[in-house]
Amino acid sequence: MLIRRPQEIPSSEITERSVCLRRREFLSRSIDAGLTAAALGAFGGLAAPSVLAGEKLPGVAKSAYVTDEELTPYESATTYNNFYEFGTAKEDPSLYAKELKTRPWSVTVEGECARPGTYALEDFLKPHALEERVYRLRCVEAWSMVIPWVGFPLGDAIKRFEPTGNAKYVEFTTLLDPEQMPGQRRPVLDWPYVEGLRMDEAMHPLTLLAVGMYGEVLPNQNGAPLRLVVPWKYGFKSIKSIVKLRFTEEQPGSTWNRTAPDEYGFYSNVNPERDHPRWSQARERRIGEFLKRPTLPFNGYADQVASLYTGMDLVNKYF
Amino acid sequence: MRTADPITVFKPLLFAAGLLPAAWLAYRALIGRLGVNPVETIEHHTGDWALYFLLITLAITPLRRLTGYGAIVRLRRMLGLFCFFYATLHFSAWLVFDHFFDVMEMAKDIRKRPYVTVGFSAFVLLIPLALTSTNGMVKRLGGGRWKRLHSLVYVVGTLVILHYLWLVKKDTYYPILYGVILVALLALRAPLFQRPRRKPAPTAAATLPAAATIGD
Repeated sequence: MLIRRPQEIPSSEITERSVCLRRREFLSRSIDAGLTAAALGAFGGLAAPSVLAGEKLPGVAKSAYVTDEELTPYESATTYNNFYEFGTAKEDPSLYAKELKTRPWSVTVEGECARPGTYALEDFLKPHALEERVYRLRCVEAWSMVIPWVGFPLGDAIKRFEPTGNAKYVEFTTLLDPEQMPGQRRPVLDWPYVEGLRMDEAMHPLTLLAVGMYGEVLPNQNGAPLRLVVPWKYGFKSIKSIVKLRFTEEQPGSTWNRTAPDEYGFYSNVNPERDHPRWSQARERRIGEFLKRPTLPFNGYADQVASLYTGMDLVNKYF
Repeated sequence: MRTADPITVFKPLLFAAGLLPAAWLAYRALIGRLGVNPVETIEHHTGDWALYFLLITLAITPLRRLTGYGAIVRLRRMLGLFCFFYATLHFSAWLVFDHFFDVMEMAKDIRKRPYVTVGFSAFVLLIPLALTSTNGMVKRLGGGRWKRLHSLVYVVGTLVILHYLWLVKKDTYYPILYGVILVALLALRAPLFQRPRRKPAPTAAATLPAAATIGD
């Protein structure tokens, strides 16, 4: 019996391995031209009626806030998440956040400010130009990533709402919707998730409101459509899927702080000197590396932010 | 000729099955599919299976009493050793990936972190149990002393649950679930749940290996 060998595939038919491995990038590039043209009419594509996670964000300016450290692979940053609203396992958010509807979305601004109100997300975002910032992200669980965020300084948004002299803090709230957020059906945390910053922290130029990452619209599991990024604090301070900002005179609540005050302080600045009561914070595992590396004070942003805390005991009192 | 008894047939199958979780892990490592945080995957996977085998081992005695099927006890040593096997892998992952053989750092960790303290203690306590699991050691120690030594497994079980409970950030569902299972397995040893003792049939007793006749 004669068995024919399959014909050789001409090399011109074979997709280059590197292209094949980056197929989502390749795909998005291929349709980029069309998409950009369609989206450019509106603000950065975000005002378009159907904004999909992963859609390319056009017109993003580069910024000086970058690190030359190797970026965490997109795949890792979008499948290894703490977003308890969708479950407590790391892969839960990427599995269950697909259902989250991020349009229509509105953000309520209230408390000590001259211009409170409920703003459609499109209006909330419209005045701001988007820029890319590459930040280190340090989780309180002692792992870390390097992520290119797309967003704008929180301070710029805050100025628009004209906080009064009484506004000493800003409180943020995540969407409460157990229908869409299956993790909220179990009382793991006291829902909705809330976080807070002191006003000077909120106004600090490093503090970012992000709408995208890796040049694309935020995937739902990473906190779409609008999240906070405070790179010198543990990741849980960077609240996701924000629906409310409130200016307060008193220090606002913070979900993890309320849950376990001795383990998670209101400030929660990255601090290798202050261990979590149950584990060390001196070292961290950068995702993609096997051995741990030393953790830097303020996650390596000490030069920019350490002065905010002059004279404060960051180990025993204001941790 | 005697027909092969089911346990004799089942034992090699169980041995192969016990290796599967390790093989699965090795396979995933080989093809680079240990997930985003491979060290965490290794540590959780080996820790989970050490715990599963511990609970399965502790289930043998209640099962035997409830079913009256005595021969099942002959699986217990292998199950216990699988627990030790996975615990050793778990400990090794911590040794290599978390501390890279830095003895001072490990000592600090053990002293300072309660979840490490109890986890490490549980592992240390498993060592004498594994070492005295051979027939020879059972004979040398004598049934009573062997039994007393091996009741350490109850301490190990408790420490392991604490280890799990103290290391999770907030969601205590699984540690509590396994804690409840452990308590249930220990409670089933209470006299309340025991069948009236029957005299073992002399032929059955004669075919049991020494290690299997020891125990409760």
